This record gives sequence, structure tokens and C-alpha cells, in this order.
Amino acid sequence: MRQILTVAHKEFRDGLRNRWLISITLIFALLSIGLTYFGAAASGAVGVTSLSTTVASLASLAVFIIPLIALLLSYDSFVGEQESGTLLLLLTYPLSKSQLLLGKFIGQGSIIALATLLGFGASAVLLYFQLGDIAILSAFGLFIFSAILLGLSFTAIAYLISLSVSEKSKAAGFALITWFLFALAFDLALLALLVGVDEGVTQQGLTQLMMLNPTDIFRLVNLAGLENTNVNGALSVAINASLSQTQLFSALVAWVVLPLTLAIFIFKKKTL
Amino acid sequence: MMNTPLVSLVEAGKTYGQLAALSSMTMSLNEGEVLGLFGHNGAGKTTMMKLILGVISPSHGKVEVMGMAPDSKEAWHSRSKVGYLPENVSFYEQLTGLEVLTYFVKLKGFANKDAKKQAIGLLEQVGITYAMKRQVKTYSKGMRQRLGLAQAFIGEPKLLLLDEPTVGLDPIATRDFYKTVDQLKSNGSSIILCSHVLPGVEQHIDRAMILSSGKLLAMGTLSELRQQAALPVVIKATSLKEGGLNGAVAQDSKLKCFLTDACPDTLMVPEHEKLSVLKQLLNLSELDDIHVESANLEQVYQHFLSRHELALHGRKGGQS
Repeated sequence: MRQILTVAHKEFRDGLRNRWLISITLIFALLSIGLTYFGAAASGAVGVTSLSTTVASLASLAVFIIPLIALLLSYDSFVGEQESGTLLLLLTYPLSKSQLLLGKFIGQGSIIALATLLGFGASAVLLYFQLGDIAILSAFGLFIFSAILLGLSFTAIAYLISLSVSEKSKAAGFALITWFLFALAFDLALLALLVGVDEGVTQQGLTQLMMLNPTDIFRLVNLAGLENTNVNGALSVAINASLSQTQLFSALVAWVVLPLTLAIFIFKKKTL
Repeated sequence: MMNTPLVSLVEAGKTYGQLAALSSMTMSLNEGEVLGLFGHNGAGKTTMMKLILGVISPSHGKVEVMGMAPDSKEAWHSRSKVGYLPENVSFYEQLTGLEVLTYFVKLKGFANKDAKKQAIGLLEQVGITYAMKRQVKTYSKGMRQRLGLAQAFIGEPKLLLLDEPTVGLDPIATRDFYKTVDQLKSNGSSIILCSHVLPGVEQHIDRAMILSSGKLLAMGTLSELRQQAALPVVIKATSLKEGGLNGAVAQDSKLKCFLTDACPDTLMVPEHEKLSVLKQLLNLSELDDIHVESANLEQVYQHFLSRHELALHGRKGGQS
């Protein structure tokens, strides 16, 4: 455990030193405060709009940006150290591969988690002071919690990439493709399946397919509570076949644990 | 006291698919012994180090370090007694030298509160305390190498494996480095120095191993290797008279055959004839200076390598 914390502490400090924490926090804070105030600008009003709209627009932005940031933060975690030679060195220390991986995960995960909490928390607090409604905190709490899980999930996926390739540039390429597939292509494919193929997929089947993509689970968590008018596309169909929040959160947690376990497995098999 | 070897390899080898990175290798390293491991790139030096470090497992044969297989679970704790300097390692650029070293000290299992103190001590030992608060990215190559050495010295290791330790070090730092090696050796540490053959290394090693394309070409003390190689001793002498040494020995039927066409005033004498030839030369009144040079490590190394290459070509020629 001590070894894990030593690694985690170092990774966290790297995140501070490289200005990752501050920049991610700022991005999230600007996004969320901006959306909170100007989200309704399109409909002619500036100022705090309804809670559900705010969370909905935040979620639909976060679903693109959080995976991207998590992948960027972590894609070179292992391949980078492999290229500089420190990975080989670390493995000659009394430090197991799983300790190293978990340490990195805790360290970099904390950066993502803290940035999400501070960045989005800022607008939650702001909204709370404006509207004074306790419901805001619980709604934002749910949003922030799922956003953190989404970030952690993509951190674990980034480790999978980082451990499977031998060059940093390749890892960057794969990270980008992964982001594109999960955040954009997957939904387009679902939509095509839904519209293009008659009787191709049932509502139940669609929801199950969505479980294969952590970004969709995140969407479901955050948009399920909303009126249907705010949601469109494949999502609205899925929402009607609603799964309980607990089920959705379990699926999201599974998307953190499974890639992480697989990453440990790959790391153990990897020869240097 | 029974001398159990600290490291022993028995028929140990490593293959990657078809490629034999290291074919059956048998060797041992005793406590307080310094072994030089020489070979070109791809000779199998790093593979052998990785086997000893337990980072990879042997494809066949047995590796033992401090009585345990280094890749096994029970060898876990002995890892803190092993120091390693990889070739071309570049440390975390954005951290300071002190932070990097403190991190490694902690990972070696030292308590957090002692780690920093110990790190400073090690930085002092390699002489870069003045730069310890600076980020590693501002370090020169020599400073990085010193930082790497400090890292390898953590916890007074019983076994040190150093891959190209003197690359990038200036002469003074190199001297300091060898001083540390000698000191660790006298404290009972065993050291494996992996290197291209460099001048100055031979005074500090007890035995040398020469590897090429995964095979052991020769192993032994320098004088054993010299004997095996049977390289001649080079004797250079200058003469006051015209004609130099060549002229002086022209009359002597025995000395005459040691003369070489390639360079004048030079005799190439087999090791066992050295003394008798020298005695004879000393009797020649016209000589005013004699210079005797035994084959150095580099020549021995070249000899074994070229012999190996000749054997390879010979075999290939025979097959075709």
C-alpha cells in the first residue's frame, strides 16, 4: 500500500507541476459557469435558466470533453516511461506491476476527480446562491459523480492503450481514435441502426447496446431525469426503456473496473 | 567461510521467438567481486542484466541471485539490495533532481521522513547537490548520469548492475565514479559493469566476460584472458646508433624473428619469452630507451571478437 501511495503522490504532483489540475479545473469552471449563465442565450434570455436544461447542456458538453482530457492526461503514462527507460528501472525496484499501475491510477484519477469537482462544483455553488434551491446540489452531485466515473473510465482505457503500444506517437493516435469511436461514431452507428434498419433493434436491445459505451451510460444517467423535449436522437428512445440510476451507475463503475483489471493483466504479460 | 556465489547462472538463456538473445550461459559472481561485461550492442549484455534483475525470466536454465530466483515472489525483498543503472535512462524532466531521487529512495522501501535526508546524502556522494533544486530538464548529460548513479547507490546495494556507467562523465567524474566502485567493492558489494571497452576500466575489474551475439566468447581475469588470447607483448626500443633497433638486433638470429615489418623499432614477443628477450636487449649497449607494453583489454577484446567472426565466416563458407 505504501508503494502505491508513493507512486500516486508522485503522479499527482506531476499533474500539479504540469498545470494539468489548474487547466482542467479552469476549463470545466468556464464551461459550466458559461453554460449556466448563457445557456439560454439562444432563446433570447441571459441568466440562470432551469436546472434541468443547465445540467443537460453541461452533460452533453462534458461527454465530449471529459474523455478527451482523461485520454490526453494518461495516454503516455506507461509508454512514455518505457521510452525514457524509467519503467524498466521501476520494475527492478520492490514494486509490483499492479502497485505501479494502481498508484498511477490513484494519482492521475485524483487530478481528474478534483478538477471535475472544483470546476463543475463552482457553478453548482453559484447556482445555489442564485436560486437557493437544495435540489441543485443533489442534481449537480449526481452529475459530478458520474462525470468523475466517466473520467476514471477513460483514464483506465488510456492505460490499456499505453500498455499495448510501444511508441508514444502511436499511443496518441490510438487515444484519438478511441475518443472518436466512443464519443462520436458509436452514437452515429446506433442511430443508423435505429433508423436505417427496420426492426433492426428493439428498445431493450438499444439500451443494452448503449451499455457498451461509457459515454452513453453517462448521458443516460444525466438526461434520464429530464423531460423528453430536451433530449433527442437515439437517447430519447433509450430513456423510455429506463434503467434505474443504480443500474446505470453500476455499469459506469464496471467501465472503470474492467479496463483497469484488463490493463493490469496486459501489464503482467508485457515483456520489456 | 564457504564462498557461495551471490549471482549464479547455470545454462541460462533467453529466446524471443526465433531469436536467441542469450544462449546457454554459465557464470557466477562472488561477493565483493567486480565483473566487467563487454560486448557490442546486441551482444546480450542487457538481456543478461535483465535476467539477473528478474525483470524477465529465463527461457531455459537457472538464474539465482542471493540464493533465490530473482523473478520469484520470495526474491521480492532482496530487490531493495540490488542497484541498477539502465543505459540511456532519462528521468522525470519536470521534477527536480532531489524530488526524483527522493521518489526512488521511497520506492526502495525507506520511510518517508528519512527519504529526503538520504537522497541529499547520495546527491552529495555524486557531487550534484548544487543542482538538486533544479528541474532535471536543465541538467547536462553528465549530471543526469550522476543522478542515475546516485539512484543505483540507494541503500548500499549488495549487488550493483551498471550499464554504461561512465558514458557522458568527464574525466574527473569518471575518476570519482571508479573511486566509489572501489569503495563499494571493499564494503563487500558485488558489481557488474557493463560497457563498451573503455580505457581505465581494467584496473577496477576482477574478471571480464566477453559476449557476442548472445554467446560467451571468453571469461576470466585479465591475465587469464591475455594468456588465452596469446597476444604478443610489444617492446619498443630506440637506439643511439643509426638503423635503430632493427639495426641493433639484425645480427641476433633469435631477436630478429620478433621484428615486425609494419612498424620499425618494435618487437612482438610472446608473453613467455618476454623476460629473456628483455634481458638480451638490456645487454645491448646502444639502446637508450625500452618501452614494454602487454596487450590491453581492448586488444584482448578485439582478438576474441575477430576470432569469433572468423569462426562464423569459416562455418558459413563450409556450408555453402
